[in-house]
Amino acid sequence: MAQPQVLLLTGYGINCEEETAYAFQACGAKTKIMHVNDLIAAPETLSDYQIFVVPGGFSYGDDTGSGNALANKMRHSLWSELMEFVAADHLVLGICNGFQVLVNLGLLPGGSDNSLGERRVALIANSSARYECRWVNLAAADSDTVFLRGVESLFLPVAHGEGRFFTTPETLAELQERRQIALRYVDNENRPAAGLFPVNPNGSLDDVAALCAVGGRIFGLMPHPERAFRMNHLPSWPEYSALNPEAEWQKDGPGRIIFANAVDYFS
Amino acid sequence: MTKNLIGHRLEIFFRDPELDTRGQLLRDKLNALDLSVTIDNLRLSEVYTLEGNFSPARLREVAGLLLNPVIHDVLIDESRPLGSADAVLEVGFLPGVTDNIAHSAAATLADAWGEVLSPDQGIYSSTVYYLEAKNLSDGDYRLIGRFLANALIERLHWKDRSTYVAEAGMDLVIPRVKLKEHKGVSRVDLNIPEADLIALGKGGIIDHYDAAGNPVRRGPLALDLNSLKTIADYFAGVEKRAPTDLELEALAQTWSEHCKHTIFAAALDDLEDGLYKTYIKGATKKIRKDRGDDDICVSVFVDNSGGIIFDDDYLVTDKVETHNSPSALDPFGGSITGIVGVNRDTLGFGLGAKPIINRYGFCVADPADSKPLYRSKNQSNQALRPRRILDGIVDGVRVGGNCSGIPTTQGFLTFHPGYKGKPLVFVGTVGLLPRVTEAGRLSHEKAALAGDYIVVLGGRVGLDGIHGATFSSEALTGGSPATAVQIGDPITQKKFSDAIVKEALQRNLYSSITDNGAGGISCSVAEMARECGGCRVELEKVPVKYPGMSPWEIWISESQERMTLAVPPEKWPELEKLMQSRGVEATVIGEFTASGRCQVSYNGESVMDIELEFLHDGLPNKHLTTKIWPSAENDVLLPEAADLVLTDLFLKMFKRLNLASHAYVANQYDFEVQGGTVLKPLVGRGQVDAFTTVVQPLPESEKGVSLSQSLYPALSDINTYAAAAVAIDTAVRNLMAVGTPLSRMALLDNFCWCSSDDPERLWQLKECVRACYETAVVYGTPFISGKDSMYNDFSGFDADDKEVKISVPPTILISSIGVVPDVARVRSFAFVKPGDLIYLLGAYLPADYDLGGSEYLALLRDQGLVVDTAAGHAPQFAPVTQLSFYQKVEKAVATGQFHSLYSLAQGGLAIAAGKGAMAEGLGFELQIPGGDRADLFLFNEHPGRFLVTIAPDKAPGLEKALAENCCLQLGRVRDDDKIIIRQNNAAAVETTTTELLSAYRSTFAGF
Repeated sequence: MAQPQVLLLTGYGINCEEETAYAFQACGAKTKIMHVNDLIAAPETLSDYQIFVVPGGFSYGDDTGSGNALANKMRHSLWSELMEFVAADHLVLGICNGFQVLVNLGLLPGGSDNSLGERRVALIANSSARYECRWVNLAAADSDTVFLRGVESLFLPVAHGEGRFFTTPETLAELQERRQIALRYVDNENRPAAGLFPVNPNGSLDDVAALCAVGGRIFGLMPHPERAFRMNHLPSWPEYSALNPEAEWQKDGPGRIIFANAVDYFS
Repeated sequence: MTKNLIGHRLEIFFRDPELDTRGQLLRDKLNALDLSVTIDNLRLSEVYTLEGNFSPARLREVAGLLLNPVIHDVLIDESRPLGSADAVLEVGFLPGVTDNIAHSAAATLADAWGEVLSPDQGIYSSTVYYLEAKNLSDGDYRLIGRFLANALIERLHWKDRSTYVAEAGMDLVIPRVKLKEHKGVSRVDLNIPEADLIALGKGGIIDHYDAAGNPVRRGPLALDLNSLKTIADYFAGVEKRAPTDLELEALAQTWSEHCKHTIFAAALDDLEDGLYKTYIKGATKKIRKDRGDDDICVSVFVDNSGGIIFDDDYLVTDKVETHNSPSALDPFGGSITGIVGVNRDTLGFGLGAKPIINRYGFCVADPADSKPLYRSKNQSNQALRPRRILDGIVDGVRVGGNCSGIPTTQGFLTFHPGYKGKPLVFVGTVGLLPRVTEAGRLSHEKAALAGDYIVVLGGRVGLDGIHGATFSSEALTGGSPATAVQIGDPITQKKFSDAIVKEALQRNLYSSITDNGAGGISCSVAEMARECGGCRVELEKVPVKYPGMSPWEIWISESQERMTLAVPPEKWPELEKLMQSRGVEATVIGEFTASGRCQVSYNGESVMDIELEFLHDGLPNKHLTTKIWPSAENDVLLPEAADLVLTDLFLKMFKRLNLASHAYVANQYDFEVQGGTVLKPLVGRGQVDAFTTVVQPLPESEKGVSLSQSLYPALSDINTYAAAAVAIDTAVRNLMAVGTPLSRMALLDNFCWCSSDDPERLWQLKECVRACYETAVVYGTPFISGKDSMYNDFSGFDADDKEVKISVPPTILISSIGVVPDVARVRSFAFVKPGDLIYLLGAYLPADYDLGGSEYLALLRDQGLVVDTAAGHAPQFAPVTQLSFYQKVEKAVATGQFHSLYSLAQGGLAIAAGKGAMAEGLGFELQIPGGDRADLFLFNEHPGRFLVTIAPDKAPGLEKALAENCCLQLGRVRDDDKIIIRQNNAAAVETTTTELLSAYRSTFAGF
């Protein structure tokens, strides 16, 4: 299959679907933005796609816990189709609010017995008790995430009020063991953030910024790779281009590889 | 307590108290108040109150839907104080206040159960605070309560531990709105004595009489005697009957200062056409004519926003609103309603523009000022303190902007003691729309057609927001109605926003669209009715939040998140289906007609039937006169230069409220969503506040939208003409600094005035607006949209019952928008390369530095280094002398040769250089010209200047290009973090970027 079909969910406050779709398109995929109600009305259409994306946003305004209300809606209306989708050799991506949805749906991280559907980790209010929009450094952990192939470190923006990863010590140990921790917050010299603000922007346990399911095909992350897609997304672009007038703004930014990896998976 | 109520309480809380960081931070904030004891611990729980009968199994199911089992525990209809709480406080909304959490919870239950709650069921959210604090005093309870709740919109209920235990927890409270059956429509007799007419205009229609026989009125109509007489004559002469209460309320809304801008429209002194037509519209008209084919304006002053050309295929729109009065009462509600409301001015532009950038601007008093103010005597009806107001308005724009998925990139905070009584809350939104729709229509044109359905969509109508438009036309006093306070619901709006601009617009499903803002449907429907010549509304069809509202309340309610559309009948089924599938309520409430009349019925009874022309144009023309205001300028006796420690003053300037880092606000606002922000609100690794931001809205196009703004309220205090001229100059120059050509810029004006009945204030206004005309015309930058708010005064009392009147400084905010041809050439102000030369471009006036309105003069006053009354003089500034200089700078910027540009503003050259250095941690050395006073050279705020850095090999070319203008080489960028400013070879300022950053960040460190 040369060109994967990407389905991006929208509706109820999801708001990053257009730039995320653009990122996939620019990497060679075909994309479709679909309202969650349209998907619920015709859930079988999910099988027309190879990549399913829950983009970032503010579904249901983060009320009753970020991602909870939309996960609830999907659980009650799309569960069997989602199970069929992930059973096939497909990819699922959740960015920011989408990650929160996947965690509440129990698609991430999945149970010890590889079952899906149980909530085992939580993304809760930042320890600053405040929404944080800032750029962070990330190091790829030892995982099998398809989306992170060839990635060692990333520089991406976060923008969330509830991104603090939390779970029990037992589950954390199991996630490490099973190579499900995908990204961690680090400082600009790649040293662990050790929970310190703002390097770790939300107080995440073990500096965890992203998770994958066993096998690496379901991936959720708090930062926004679609907002670091090209060079002039970088906050240092104006200063960089002042000194490098020949630099082209369209060139790849650090977030692009995540989308490129997903598309390449099907080539 | 619960015997008459049927319902259940679900209380959800963190199993592990360590995770309750909100509780911990609140504890710290409360301990920073003047409490008599220390709060050892504070824990929170979120309560959902379910109204109706639910089985235990059903309740467990509900809990499972609303909590997260990884972190939460729940108490269902049982109570147990969290921790060893000594006192328990519950805060919930008063009946009828928008409860977004409850809305989402109800939606979650409906999603799970496949059906919505029945009408006798309901769900309500509240928060319980468990405080571990021994021996709280009555005063402590009051302070904590005031901090955690706003009594205008929230109920608060305290129980000490023993009461809590004895009464088995907090009470079951169900804040359902219960209205008495409405009284229908009444007639209002206008054939009454003048004194009664005046009372009617001021206090409103008499609702009923109290026990003592005194009239209780509904709330201000804000109609003056002359207007009421005009209305009386119209009904007696033309309609030959008395008006209904609804008609009178509708006229009051439509004719309000807020909607008709009567002061700007009125003839003033010798200006027959008034300020707006003569100076604002007049400037745009002249500029457009002078520009000819190069005119960028497409739709100005006629729609909800102003629209200019972005490129061959797209328009950009801009609009800046104020939401001052509501924000004084409930800062969070006021500002969220403001930002979400101005988003609708984008959706309501043309056939609907997509909101792509939010702007904000907050003017408040010193947050450390804790001296109380009261709206009424005897220390009652206390006004909110500046810190509380600031926190609330920052939060409101955060929730409104972030939830809507619109990047909030551009904004400012300004502090001035005059904003203590009433803050100014500016909110703006930029939109993008294709010039031609897919159906081939010009997107900025729209017209309702006779026969089109009148469709309202979005939120329902409630009592919230009654008398909003007339209320903001009155100064704030003890009688201000709390119904003017609303809380926005960004998700409801996001749903229809997407459905309109991303779907219905493409499918050509409507002929016209407008926003419901001030005056609700009474204004939006009547406004659209002008496009076709009439309307007929069946009021009972308007969806309401609860039964029992009177017809007039439905007609004028400003309940938020609603749009009005004109929909051809044949398109209605498709639109209805689309909205249904997007979770948006859409309802036909009548049709547009060509009757020439605005006709409204309620259950078949005519409640309004008047000529559209009278409704819109019947307002009698006023003729206002002004009186020259004596100048407040004076000479300043400065301290001896030798007595000043310049390094100390330099660092102090960066700590000033207006100049310190406001990054804590920028970081709370999602400035990256939509993926187009290329010049961000925080610059460099130092995260220094930017004055201009640039967004690239289309990923395939190299064009960008540049935004900035400027205001000089302290200068306005002494000279409103100068304040406007300098603000325009700064707002324009800020855009030039990022590569925006003068010919691709437009301006927005927001006047926030005070005591506008006072002829001297009107004179100040006239001067200010004249400056707008004279400056904009020189630069060729048209006004495309504007707004005024004329009564920003507070009348009340201090703690000793002494009368206090606080008026805002006459404030003119100039917002600027431009189109940058190439985002690759956008520069920040960061010093980027050691060895680069630093130049001051623009006027160099060693002999005559003007300090009027400057931050430096304010610092000297605060430090007691000049007398309190030292005001200085406004800058001597003639824009016409700038123009050729700006044209040369524009050419130089376009070549990309500058490494950084800073457009000098508040704090002058010193602030520009310091911020340039802090951005990337590269220090500098500067040489002050020998004969100058160092402090004045560094800190004066003379307009029209830039500070730039450039590679040494490019410098000769620059000096040649700017030969006739000032181009003063001041120094160079260092390769370390040292900041050294010398004069005559002696160091005047010596510090480092690290030290400067810590000063710069210190003021708002705890915010």
